Amino acid sequence: MSNYILEVNNLQTSFFTDSGEVKAVNGVSFNLERGKTLGIVGESGSGKSVTAYSIMQILADTGKIVDGEVLYNGEDITKWNNKQMAGFRGKKCSIIFQDPMTSLNPTFSIGSQITEAVLLHTDRTKKQAKERAIEMLTLVGVNEPEKRLKQYPHELSGGMRQRVMIAMALACEPDILIADEPTTALDVTIQAQILELIQDLQKRLGMAVVMVTHDLGVIADMCDEIIVMYGGSVCERGTADDIFYKPHHEYTKGLLRSIPSTARMKERLVPIGGTPINLLNMPKGCAFCARCDSAMKVCLTEVPQELPISETHFASCWLNVKAQYEAENGGSQDE
Amino acid sequence: MSNQNKSEYIVEVKDLKQYFPIKAGFNKIIPLKAVDGISFAIKPGETLGLVGESGCGKTTVGRSLLHLYKPTSGEIYFDGELVTDKNIHSLRKEMQMVFQDPYSSLNPRMTIEDIIGEPLDVHKLYANKAERRDKILDLMETVGLNSEHATRYAHEFSGGQRQRIGIARALAVDPKFIVCDEPVSALDVSIQAQVINMFEDLQAKLGVAYLFIAHDLLVVHHISDRIAVMYLGKIVEIASADELNENPIHPYTESLLSAIPMPDPNSAKQRNRIVLEGDVPSPMNLPSGCAFRTRCRYATEQCAKECPTLTDRGNGHFVSCINK
Repeated sequence: MSNYILEVNNLQTSFFTDSGEVKAVNGVSFNLERGKTLGIVGESGSGKSVTAYSIMQILADTGKIVDGEVLYNGEDITKWNNKQMAGFRGKKCSIIFQDPMTSLNPTFSIGSQITEAVLLHTDRTKKQAKERAIEMLTLVGVNEPEKRLKQYPHELSGGMRQRVMIAMALACEPDILIADEPTTALDVTIQAQILELIQDLQKRLGMAVVMVTHDLGVIADMCDEIIVMYGGSVCERGTADDIFYKPHHEYTKGLLRSIPSTARMKERLVPIGGTPINLLNMPKGCAFCARCDSAMKVCLTEVPQELPISETHFASCWLNVKAQYEAENGGSQDE
Repeated sequence: MSNQNKSEYIVEVKDLKQYFPIKAGFNKIIPLKAVDGISFAIKPGETLGLVGESGCGKTTVGRSLLHLYKPTSGEIYFDGELVTDKNIHSLRKEMQMVFQDPYSSLNPRMTIEDIIGEPLDVHKLYANKAERRDKILDLMETVGLNSEHATRYAHEFSGGQRQRIGIARALAVDPKFIVCDEPVSALDVSIQAQVINMFEDLQAKLGVAYLFIAHDLLVVHHISDRIAVMYLGKIVEIASADELNENPIHPYTESLLSAIPMPDPNSAKQRNRIVLEGDVPSPMNLPSGCAFRTRCRYATEQCAKECPTLTDRGNGHFVSCINK
């Protein structure tokens, strides 16, 4: 069996709305190694969260995986039925959401929400489940765990709630943790606590993490590998060093130029022009072509194919095809 | 920082306090000290960044400056003139605000033309309809909106465009000072840069001063001349942007800066993150002495007894800490 705990091949997820089919995820592929961290970065509407939800199969009613496969330990889970998926969610793969304020149920106590997952997926008794809940709360650094079990979500602060979410997600020791913008709603100092906690737990429990975020800082901090998404497709993927120091897609380059960094603090920012694309009205060629300064004729009409830059680094941009063609100096490469 | 020279500062705040009464049981009201005695001054054309965690009172400072809340005590001077209930209406022509959420700060029932035109109506800044329309179209162009869209409604625009509408509305009265309350935090990264550049361009062109409130320290460092750091209603450190980033003195500033996730994998690996323990204490029940001592790694017994004040460390760098 392969090294990968999760392989996503050409995943396509669409939402069938009144105004037509929205291809929220349009051919996403990546591999996740055991114990590693993969970052998915992109703007709102780039399909990064939908990719995560597709893996868990927790899409809204109008959403459907149209094509592609999601292999967990070599088994295609898109073909699994509801019962099999129920055994997958929470046990093999857990997810934590962006907003700790709304993703906990306000009418149940913290204790009953954590023990629910334990009782559902293991054959522990109620008493053992409660012990497990206390153990988990201690693990994620919640003080006075016995007291917290009886409390309700509104009695806790944002950082505490996110810790409870993590405790709940990890209660059954999943192989994969999907973190969908886990710190976006939190303050910097609390964000640092939560990121440190996830890294620490990952080391101790050896799980793989999929980090979905728009924050390039968080990505640089946490991830071994990164995929950059725009308009539902992957424009570039590679190791953290590949993406940050040798970007090969105009969108990635633009993204890196548009954030202030300590090295060039007082220099003017270089924004990406235009506005994010409308998924209902996708261009024929490259999704990014309307905002790209270096767009060529071919970009408007043909979708670029993914091209290897190095062994670990792939980008989907016609400029790379052109550069490679020119490097080979008019060889027999068909363009 | 007090100064008798009236023309030097566009905005001067002296010992501003903003308490909110909170009902704590029957017949008992206790004050929530959202802003507890802060002083600062902003020069014309300058940008003062204001950073801090949620709940530290930074938004309240911005709102109190414009008398959107009536300050509990303290004085606010605009261009040497004391701001009171009586003159605030005319002074709002000089002081404006851009809000955080571009989705809820624009009236969905009004066209863009009317939204931007409203301040012009209030302050009667035009002679006839044609002049009003010209001014509005001018403003739309200034902030990079297509003037053909004047008759559209807010929901027809994207987040970045809506923020531009909010900025055009603030600029309509030709203000000298704008409070920008987290103006880019609701926007995508690629759009953020567009709006930040626009703020800088407008400042260069119009000479307007900003109080730039944000929690993203990289953005604040980029745009600000000076930065003030707030913790639980007090300013704990204020210095020029570069000085603060290179040489933070207050332990809170230190940990705040070390907690920023840097978009640079190599420096992220080398960095020594100072992770603060615990949460921010409730402003209803502040610790005695220094409010930060419960999370501070340098805290001593003295910190619980003594309330530190801002002291000058040279070079316009003020810090409120007794240990450092």
